Amino acid sequence: MSWQIIQQSLPMFQKGFILTLQMSALGILGAIILGLMCSLCQYFKIPVLKQIVGAYIELSRNTPLLIQLFFIYYGLPGIGLKLSAYTCGIIGLIFLGGSYMAEGFSGGFDGIPNSQIESGKAIGLSQGQLTRYVVFPQGFALSIPALAANIIFLIKETSIFTVIAIPELTNTALDLIGLYYHTNEYLLVLVVGYAIILIPLSIILTWLERRIRYGTFGD
Amino acid sequence: MAHSGINLIFEGQNLPRLLGGLWITIRVALIAIIAGGVLGIFLGVLRTFKNRLLRFILRLYLEFFRIVPTVVLLFLFYYILPKSMNLNLPAAEVATLVFTLWMAAEASDIVRGALISVPQHQVDSGLAIGLNRSQLYYYVLIPQSLKLMLPAMMNLISRIIKTTSLLLLISVLDVINVGQQIIEANQKQYPQGAFWVYGVIFVLYFLICYPFSLLAKKLQKD
Repeated sequence: MSWQIIQQSLPMFQKGFILTLQMSALGILGAIILGLMCSLCQYFKIPVLKQIVGAYIELSRNTPLLIQLFFIYYGLPGIGLKLSAYTCGIIGLIFLGGSYMAEGFSGGFDGIPNSQIESGKAIGLSQGQLTRYVVFPQGFALSIPALAANIIFLIKETSIFTVIAIPELTNTALDLIGLYYHTNEYLLVLVVGYAIILIPLSIILTWLERRIRYGTFGD
Repeated sequence: MAHSGINLIFEGQNLPRLLGGLWITIRVALIAIIAGGVLGIFLGVLRTFKNRLLRFILRLYLEFFRIVPTVVLLFLFYYILPKSMNLNLPAAEVATLVFTLWMAAEASDIVRGALISVPQHQVDSGLAIGLNRSQLYYYVLIPQSLKLMLPAMMNLISRIIKTTSLLLLISVLDVINVGQQIIEANQKQYPQGAFWVYGVIFVLYFLICYPFSLLAKKLQKD
């Protein structure tokens, strides 16, 4: 283990680190938006869309990200759709994350006690008001723990981007190992790199979960 | 239609080869799920004990396997075992080891969660009729918590199976690796081979994982 080697590699790792953060942020944002739309389709039982969303969720949850990426990156050009590795990574992450986020939101919406909905109806709220004032605030609060777990999960999944040669953290480490063979040093930096992202994030998310729990009723 | 890509799958030995690769994938997952599950139940029980140090060590073990992405875990074991411990295992066995330890870590948390959510009066009643510690776990806690932990376990199993797709990275000859070989060997004749081969592997994974996710949903409802 040599500090000099670690120091020399840090600028390269920094680039990978930033790319990992960037792609995670874009992917997670996209996944949350897609997931929210999907869960709303299911919550309001919109015909046709509901079935499409159901099929998408099963398909995306029951296949690995790696094969989804391979299919998008290597498979789709075969039928004339050629995308850059970067775009494929983001699309893959959104495709995978969307279903997990959708399940998270659905879990939150389903967790609202029936008495809340009935009380809302009893005081004469319209469907729109019910959604705006009762379902959304409580549903979001209930779904935060699941969303937090998904965010951590998706950041870890970005390590799979290395298979389509996106130079994020893992890919940087593997490249450096291939070039210079300082395996221990580079692996250490790699693990520390993920720890720097994930440990503080996990603490912040746990704190957030506690803060937002105002929505739960009777607890 | 002679060059329609789907034929690539059924040409020569391609389909049996893909299924052979799939078997290697499944074998790693199966061993990891069984061995890791047993170890996980054991560790989960240990984590409900009052010993602070023991709980701290096991918590550290869990958090390590949670924080580090599986790809990185695979490489850590793949590179460091032979180098630091002089243990030269075939890649498939390294992968089995990693997945077993990962399964055990995640399972221990599920088991612990289920054990502590068995109502306290059950524990008290058990103690009141004079059960000792191991009888309490064997007759009261484990049977009652089994129902609570099954849905999460099913999800974990399907996650393990999905993650075996990473075997490719440490050059285990798994289903995706075989698929790549088939695509490359037939590049000239089937330029769209990648679409079909990866499409088929996509469907294969779905067919394996979907029953588990159905089962998890069904168990959750009961």
